[in-house]
Amino acid sequence: MTVYLLKRLAIALITLVLASMVVFAVLEIIPGDPARLMLGMNASADQVELLRNQMGLNAPLPARYLHWAGGLLSLDFGRSYTYSVPVIDLVRERIVVSLPLALIALALSTIIAIPVGLFSAGRHGRAGDTIAMGAAQLGVAVPNFWFALMLIYLFAVWLRLVPAGGFPGWSAGIWPALKSLILPAIALALPQAAILARVTRSALIEVLNEDYIRTARAKGLPYRAVLWRHALRNAMIPVLTILGLQFAFLLAGTIIIENVFYLPGLGRLVFQAITQRDLIVVESVVMLLVAAVIAVNLLVDLSYAVVDPRLRSRQ
Amino acid sequence: MTLRFDIPEENFADILVKAFTNRSFLTGFVITIVVAAVAIVSFFWTPFDVTRLIIAEKTQAPSPAHWFGTDHFGRDILSMIMVGARNSIAVALVAVGIGMGVGVPLGALAAARGGIVDEVVMRLNDLVFAFPALLSAIMITAIFGPGALNAIIAIGIFNIPVFARVARAGALAIWPREFILAARAAGKGRTLITLEHVLPNIVTLLLVQGTIQFALGILAEAGLSYVGLGTQPPMPSWGRMLFDAQTRMVAAPWMAVFPGMAIVVTVLGLNLLGDGIADILDPKSRRQR
Repeated sequence: MTVYLLKRLAIALITLVLASMVVFAVLEIIPGDPARLMLGMNASADQVELLRNQMGLNAPLPARYLHWAGGLLSLDFGRSYTYSVPVIDLVRERIVVSLPLALIALALSTIIAIPVGLFSAGRHGRAGDTIAMGAAQLGVAVPNFWFALMLIYLFAVWLRLVPAGGFPGWSAGIWPALKSLILPAIALALPQAAILARVTRSALIEVLNEDYIRTARAKGLPYRAVLWRHALRNAMIPVLTILGLQFAFLLAGTIIIENVFYLPGLGRLVFQAITQRDLIVVESVVMLLVAAVIAVNLLVDLSYAVVDPRLRSRQ
Repeated sequence: MTLRFDIPEENFADILVKAFTNRSFLTGFVITIVVAAVAIVSFFWTPFDVTRLIIAEKTQAPSPAHWFGTDHFGRDILSMIMVGARNSIAVALVAVGIGMGVGVPLGALAAARGGIVDEVVMRLNDLVFAFPALLSAIMITAIFGPGALNAIIAIGIFNIPVFARVARAGALAIWPREFILAARAAGKGRTLITLEHVLPNIVTLLLVQGTIQFALGILAEAGLSYVGLGTQPPMPSWGRMLFDAQTRMVAAPWMAVFPGMAIVVTVLGLNLLGDGIADILDPKSRRQR
């Protein structure tokens, strides 16, 4: 168990370091001098040189990487070229929108998908299963941002139940803020739930064919108890794997969905930064999201150990 | 006489019979053929010219003349969807090609060599996997500016570890088999065995994954074009059409409805096709149904 955990942790750290090198390298090959960019076209060569020295741009490459990476560790991402404030302040402002959105969507998709998967596996091959999986097949094919547009049309334009977009901020109260996150969360969650339901179902069906399930049934346990107590737990490994992968897609999806609903999250920040060529903001947000993906995959690996006792006892 | 150690091939006629009695495959196959046909036809003919802007006919509701209505420049939505199909297919196809072309050799190599080679390939996989296509696209766009090529590269890069994993897992299951042992006893090297015996036996897996990634590629291209990182106007693309539709949802909902349905139908068709192929060629998955 300890060996397994340490190995996973080491892999995550190595991936994180390599990823930071990739992002740093991208920053390096981008044409244009950040110092020149900050000072404008009228600055003299001396002024630019002075700022370059101040910013540490003249140091050798490995030194600059270490300085940058060290800064990341202490949450110092540098300063935004256009806003002239530390990038971390911008991120802090925006993450309170993106993170709750991604988490609500993740929770929502799990709450929908697991029961549907259980339902379908329990009625394997019957009409209920066919209908549920047909719906899931359709759900997988629906792009979340188009689904979002349709939801806006139905619930905001036509029924006028929720706002069509925008975010009042958490200071406006929990309920108004949550209300403006409902549609985006549903738009993100349903297509993901469709995938998750399919995986849950096929993992369950696989498990239900096992001998120990027959034994549990033979000793007289009711079908429902077998499904919940024995089958679901053993089917959790593939389900957890997909959940981990989905978090990456959810983060990416959040970036797109924020643009549909005009939510002031990390996604909006990144696209504004791209149009303003505020590269340090772009790179910081990318690095942050990559780190989040790596962290979640590590969590998934660790949760295997919780779900699967065989991993715990193995040396 | 040369001895052949491969698993006996199923009769082609048997597979055809199975294919055309499989509902998933049949539906998916028909949809995919229709979408491909529409894309090809768009090269020679579309109901209206998508490059001509007729402001007098802007945002018209669906009618006998314009089945899916017109957009804010008076362009025919149906014609734009037809041309957009071309674009979606091209981007997704090339991205799958990149993923297979790089990923499969890497995965096969990792399985054949094992040890440190395997470890290095898998760690590189983890690295690429940490960059969802959208993040790669954002970085590429930040350097080179937006364009369809960026979308292809970003989606293609994300496909590489997917195919590497599938190829490796498939190959690892083949390597312990007896016919591989026989081939090694006959003095064949790892590369030759991989080419002659391992790859032919994992083609099915790769084909199924290929259709899945093709479908995902179409979704990803639409998403990237929607946020302005993919195909650029005036080239019609499904994602871009949805972006244009967004601010006109109240006045012209058809601008959003039809391009979205085009995406759904295409992706649905490909997914059904993939499911069908898996069903037909893999007895294990058939038992699960």
